Amino acid sequence: MPDLLFELFSEEIPARMQKQASEDLKRLVTNALVEAGVTYEGAQAYATPRRLALHVVGLPARQPDTREERKGPRVGSPEGAVQGFLKAAGLASLDQAKIESDPKKGEFYVAVIEKPGRPTLDLLAEILPATIRAFPWPKSMRWGAASTSSASLRWVRPLRAILATFGAETEEPEIVPFAVDGLAAGNITYGHRFLAPAEIRVKRFEDYAAKLEAAKVVLDPARRKEIIRQDARNLAFAQGLEVVEDEGLLDEVAGLVEWPVVLMGRFEDAFLDVPGEVIRATIRANQKCFVLRGPDGRLASRFLLVSNIEAKDGGATIIAGNERVIRARLSDAKFFWETDKKVWREDTGFTRLERFKNVTFHEKLGSQWDRIERIRALAKELCAVTGADLEKVDLAARICKLDLQTEVVGEFPEVQGLMGRIYAGQIGLDPSVAAACEEHYKPVGPGDSVPKDPVSTTVALADKLDTLVGFWAIDEKPTGSKDPYALRRAALGVIRLLVENGVKVGVTNLVSWTHPRIYRRADFVLRYVKKDQDDLFDVPSWHMDIGPRYDEEGNEYYYFDDVKYASNEDVYIYKDHLIGDDDLFSFRLQILKDPNGNGMDRRAEIAASCQRFLSLEKVASDLLSFFHDRLKVMLRDQGARHDLVDAVLGNGEANDDLLLVTRRVNALGHFLETEDGTSLLAGFKRAANILRAEEKKDGEGAFEAAADPALCREPSEKALLEALSKAGEAAGIALGKADFEAAMRAMAALRGPVDAFFEAVLVNAEDPAIRRNRLALLATLRRVTRQVADFSRIAG
Amino acid sequence: MTALTHGPDALRPDRSFQGLILTLQRFWAEKGCVILQPYDMEVGAGTFHPATTLRALGPRPWNAAYVQPSRRPKDGRYGENPNRFQHYYQFQVILKPSPPNLQELYLESLYAIGIDPALHDLRFVEDDWESPTLGAWGLGWECWCDGMEVSQFTYFQQVAGQECAPVAGELTYGLERLAMYLQGVDNGFELNFNGLEGDAKVTYGDVFRQAEQEYSRHNFEYANTEKLFRNFAEAEAECRALLAAGEGGEGQRHRQVLPAYDQCIKASHAFNLLDARGVISVTERQSYILRVRELAKACGAAWVKTEAGGAA
Repeated sequence: MPDLLFELFSEEIPARMQKQASEDLKRLVTNALVEAGVTYEGAQAYATPRRLALHVVGLPARQPDTREERKGPRVGSPEGAVQGFLKAAGLASLDQAKIESDPKKGEFYVAVIEKPGRPTLDLLAEILPATIRAFPWPKSMRWGAASTSSASLRWVRPLRAILATFGAETEEPEIVPFAVDGLAAGNITYGHRFLAPAEIRVKRFEDYAAKLEAAKVVLDPARRKEIIRQDARNLAFAQGLEVVEDEGLLDEVAGLVEWPVVLMGRFEDAFLDVPGEVIRATIRANQKCFVLRGPDGRLASRFLLVSNIEAKDGGATIIAGNERVIRARLSDAKFFWETDKKVWREDTGFTRLERFKNVTFHEKLGSQWDRIERIRALAKELCAVTGADLEKVDLAARICKLDLQTEVVGEFPEVQGLMGRIYAGQIGLDPSVAAACEEHYKPVGPGDSVPKDPVSTTVALADKLDTLVGFWAIDEKPTGSKDPYALRRAALGVIRLLVENGVKVGVTNLVSWTHPRIYRRADFVLRYVKKDQDDLFDVPSWHMDIGPRYDEEGNEYYYFDDVKYASNEDVYIYKDHLIGDDDLFSFRLQILKDPNGNGMDRRAEIAASCQRFLSLEKVASDLLSFFHDRLKVMLRDQGARHDLVDAVLGNGEANDDLLLVTRRVNALGHFLETEDGTSLLAGFKRAANILRAEEKKDGEGAFEAAADPALCREPSEKALLEALSKAGEAAGIALGKADFEAAMRAMAALRGPVDAFFEAVLVNAEDPAIRRNRLALLATLRRVTRQVADFSRIAG
Repeated sequence: MTALTHGPDALRPDRSFQGLILTLQRFWAEKGCVILQPYDMEVGAGTFHPATTLRALGPRPWNAAYVQPSRRPKDGRYGENPNRFQHYYQFQVILKPSPPNLQELYLESLYAIGIDPALHDLRFVEDDWESPTLGAWGLGWECWCDGMEVSQFTYFQQVAGQECAPVAGELTYGLERLAMYLQGVDNGFELNFNGLEGDAKVTYGDVFRQAEQEYSRHNFEYANTEKLFRNFAEAEAECRALLAAGEGGEGQRHRQVLPAYDQCIKASHAFNLLDARGVISVTERQSYILRVRELAKACGAAWVKTEAGGAA
């Protein structure tokens, strides 16, 4: 069976795009083939910096024939309908149609359209150019003389040659006949840009790959990676060193070379004074080189570079050049490091925090300074639930972002946090405070560890809550795949910080501590001064109850921190005036005076320039469900059953303590693994099914009245009633103490009575009173179990 | 003046800064470029030269190369940093439409200045270029020689807010860095400028160190910010006025683009100085950049209504 070899040869493709591009190439071509009814045995795509290649194996020489029957109008239909049918079916006259009949429609015409399969080569001549034109590059461009027309081909970088051959192993393959923008497909490719630039004539994949290899091109990116990995390890090993593995860098470097040659360079030992992470970041980010460590685990004064050529001097020039660049970079890094240390040593009062006033965090959420002050205040409040030391937390919150001002972090943002820790340690701050500078960013992802030190935990919580509540208040929540502020990650972080450190606190409380600070900011000092009729705004209704202060001239004003605010009203800020919902729409805004004293309607202008913060109630309830969603995802990822989370969240309570929700889910999971659990669940399901059926007849809630002991005829009914009352009480007490195991034990005690009940009685008794009473027993069972979880949401 | 006597070696690109420039000029002249002289105004990069910004627009072929002194007031380090200057040189090549062998031509030019691809590791590493002030962007690479960025290589897609049709290829060589590499010196001020040795040797520092010191003081301390704010506003107004005045020439041609564009350059430089003086806040910064961009875009739109811009 014939194979396809397809190569797109271009100027250098960005390393980060190569993998996706080779996958896209394979997907687009094979999908188009399958769509045309053509099957294939296998397909493999490859990428180098200068080419995308696709090998499709085992294609048929022709597309299969197709036969299609198309129903037409009834025999004897008007001429118009008949002509339309003939035209659509491609028939010359009705003689070419056959007549069929069925009982409903009677006799009607049927056209049989038989399409012979086309040669695969012809199909490819359509599919391949279409693939090129519609290729989904993240960024594409035009080039050359053809770009005078806006319809010219777009590619990631100029496309220079197309190779496309099709044929069986036993015969001379054919060139797929097509051209794109004047570039005709052929059987020519080119070797390595410098080592073997001549053109290469190719038949099929086998000789293509071999000839490329001979022309110093390793086609398969996986192989290039392996070559680099192995050569790097060997070179390191020979020096008694170990490569600091870096998969991301390896991927990138493998996408920058067609013929990887690993070389080792060195730098002066004096640079090793600089923290290893900074050296690594410097060498990695700027030079795309690997660093090495010695047997003692410390960074060595060597690096590995991956060149693209076998140089005629064995690489000496290349090494010397790279060493020079790295020396210059490390000199910069060392200079940054020394400068930073000096600043931290000298400015012990952290007066440089003031500079954060000029750094915008978010246009609507104020400066970095505002944010730090909010985090400080919130973190101190959180100490009550985390048990952290107030003074340490205050200091940690104050300086946790300070390393953003350092030269090193300015140059290498990826070492933010870590540098804070190092510099804070250098000036002898408390280890917990220093650690918090780094750990308050944690956890950065599901795989990252959660800080254990209460100081770190507290600041980490405050940092994330400020972000979440802030963006919620300005209504910039994540939507679909868009989450530019990584709010999902922040929420997951909050959950893990609470759960893994056993912090008991409700989300609603957390939000209510955070929310008012979001808009009480330094630049929003309430400047309401009640003087005369020119006042723009009245005091918002919801803080009428606070008393005014008086300035030196005796003017009445209100101070922001005095403000008590209503949790159900949105907050608006106009310039530095805090105004209420009612102000915005009240007559006071209808006519505002301009400086010349002319009455002008400025409502629209004011409404447009108002900054709106959603009310505490809205933010709290919305964030709580966001947390619940994140919790579900987290527990599911940890292997908990999805339905158990839903069952627990369906217990009719607020469930705003995420630690307790998690514990409850775990306890429920354990319970359901016991025989009592599965059996009770079965009994519950049976009860629920019966109730559902009977409620359809008698109406929703028909059996919610308490069961009457007097109507309990059978001993098993009495026993169940008694058990339900006991279990309900016991579970209530246990839940009150958040002792979920005890609550489950209380549930377990129901299993026997429920089973016995179903064994002994027929629920739908003849006597309507008895029936209603038995159904009331089942409804009680439903209510009692629901304290623990909504069992109806549990699968099985 | 005594005639200097020196061998031909003094002008080798790896021996003198001026030799490097002369070699590149000769190379690109032989490839058919017009060799222009630097634009006589303060600009932040070679791209600002109208030979690039304006000539990149419109359908007419255009191949040019030139050295452009570039001023980045904020990069001043009082002559104390060996790698950073507030005034430095770029060598700029613009080829419209971009020829199919542009990468090969570029590599050939490296060979001409002594970088042999059999010895050096030359790489095209993704780096897309964008100039917010010029309303311009393109795709391309930074070109690496043994791990050092020596040039920027860009296929212009849009300049001054106008789509490039056809696309021009732009090469920018950072001359000081390239010369440091070729001469094997780690300090830019130690570059040999004239290729001579002993008493006759003139270094880059001899030529520019004092200027770096004085201009750093100027850029960060002494530049009169009130005057600069005024200059910005005046240049902006003048640019708009000239563009308005030049409208509607014979056949709807525009007759005042180049003078107007000069004012756009002036505004941009005033902004750069104000930025260095630290008197522009983060938010204002964006709006100043936007204002310069609007000028550049207006100039671009006018340029395509001129003869050189390809107007019918």
